[in-house]
Amino acid sequence: MGIKSDIRLIDDNGLRIDGRLPNQLRPIKMEVGVLDRADGSAYIEWGGNKIMAAVYGPREAYPKHVQEAEKAIIRARYSMAPFSVDERKRPGPDRRAVELSKVISEALESVIFVEKYPRTSIDVYIEVLQADAGTRVAGITAASLALADAGIPMRDLVVGCAVGKIDGVVVLDLNKEEDNYGEADVPMAILPRTREIALLQMDGDMTYEELTGAIEMAMEAAQTIHKMQIEALKRKYVEVE
Amino acid sequence: MSNSKFTAGVIPEMKRDYIHRLASKGTRIDGRNFDEIRPLEIVKGYAKRAEGSAIVRLGRTKVLVGVKIEVGTPFPDTPNMGILTTNAELAPLASPTFEPGPPGEEAIELARVVDRGIREGHAIDLEKLVIEEGEKVWIVFIDIHILDYDGNLFDASGYGALAALTDAVVPASRYELGDDFKLPVLHYPVPVTFAKIGNWIVADPNLDEESIASARLTVTTNEEGHINAMQKGLGGTFTYEEVQKVINMSMNIGAKVREIILGDSDGKED
Repeated sequence: MGIKSDIRLIDDNGLRIDGRLPNQLRPIKMEVGVLDRADGSAYIEWGGNKIMAAVYGPREAYPKHVQEAEKAIIRARYSMAPFSVDERKRPGPDRRAVELSKVISEALESVIFVEKYPRTSIDVYIEVLQADAGTRVAGITAASLALADAGIPMRDLVVGCAVGKIDGVVVLDLNKEEDNYGEADVPMAILPRTREIALLQMDGDMTYEELTGAIEMAMEAAQTIHKMQIEALKRKYVEVE
Repeated sequence: MSNSKFTAGVIPEMKRDYIHRLASKGTRIDGRNFDEIRPLEIVKGYAKRAEGSAIVRLGRTKVLVGVKIEVGTPFPDTPNMGILTTNAELAPLASPTFEPGPPGEEAIELARVVDRGIREGHAIDLEKLVIEEGEKVWIVFIDIHILDYDGNLFDASGYGALAALTDAVVPASRYELGDDFKLPVLHYPVPVTFAKIGNWIVADPNLDEESIASARLTVTTNEEGHINAMQKGLGGTFTYEEVQKVINMSMNIGAKVREIILGDSDGKED
């Protein structure tokens, strides 16, 4: 947020630099069961993002001291490939990746029946292969599909979706330029059935009205993305028959 | 993750029941109202070798924040801005559950949430911290030291960071760059953290409350009533109505906290 510039992000017709309306998503494609070894996997293309998610587990948690007697632990690891961004990213987790892994783990934990698998871990690996803003929310959307593919019992899917503010206008699903030069970014994860909020972060500058308007916009978009998730899951199992 | 160092051992189920029972009667384990924070005391200028500092007591949580300011090279993409960096140490003296070693995910999240509030809230005017464009700028280091841990490090650290910045002086004369000057502070972003316990929402959770909370939400607002940063944590969820309520409460509590931070208690006890 907040790099000052003269770049106009919304034109005279109210359209964004990629031609979208304020409440319009970028094109999204999802595919379930894309990896052989993982217990569950999914791939998502969301605008210029290309992200793969894999699930291993439930399996005995190691090292032993991390085990919890009454539930499974959810360990998500968010990772960006060195070539996923313009300037090569050094491999291994940086501070941002550590934080994102933590909040993603917590968001996914909210839907999983963790009490069914004591002393185990459910490991979720999210690999960003190509990044174009909104990687954490696209990653959560894919991770939730991979969990479903692994047969992990959940009370809902999780939908990731970002909203924000650019040129004073509340918009859905920021792209790279909007993320860099915009005024606020609000990554969210939503349980579409109950409309509960599982992940909520924000940075920038927004009034109460702008922020609540943005959250409502994300809630609506979550319903659309949820339908795509269901379609993607059905597609895999239709093909198997 | 919920097996974190933050949850200081296993709280007996009895305590959980007790806290829930109290909540159903509208009160809390230490007698507070749901929207009441613990007594807050801030002393600025505690660490004399630091360019700015503040010691914060929020109930029994104690945090010391020091600001050091040095000369360095700007980032290539922001040649006309100073640099802000924030770090947090969960010193092992603060809790039996903190261990020595490099910062874990709790310390990293803490530092990043405090940093986000200060940065996005434009607490300091980084454009005034340029010595020579593209070559030399002032680097402001915020270092958060947790001394005694009784819950809600986000707020205690956020208050300490803002107080230490308002206390800080840029040591220009040390580098023969003219007279020392007060660090230019533009805005006063203040975080307030809430925990969800059962279906209740409480402000400024203490350690007992934190360890049985299902979800946590920190909202940082500034003196204009704008929102600058948010961070949700733990494995539970919030409804939209709860989020709206939390934002409103954060603005109200934040306004009172801001007065305490700006109130001048500059550690002249020595």
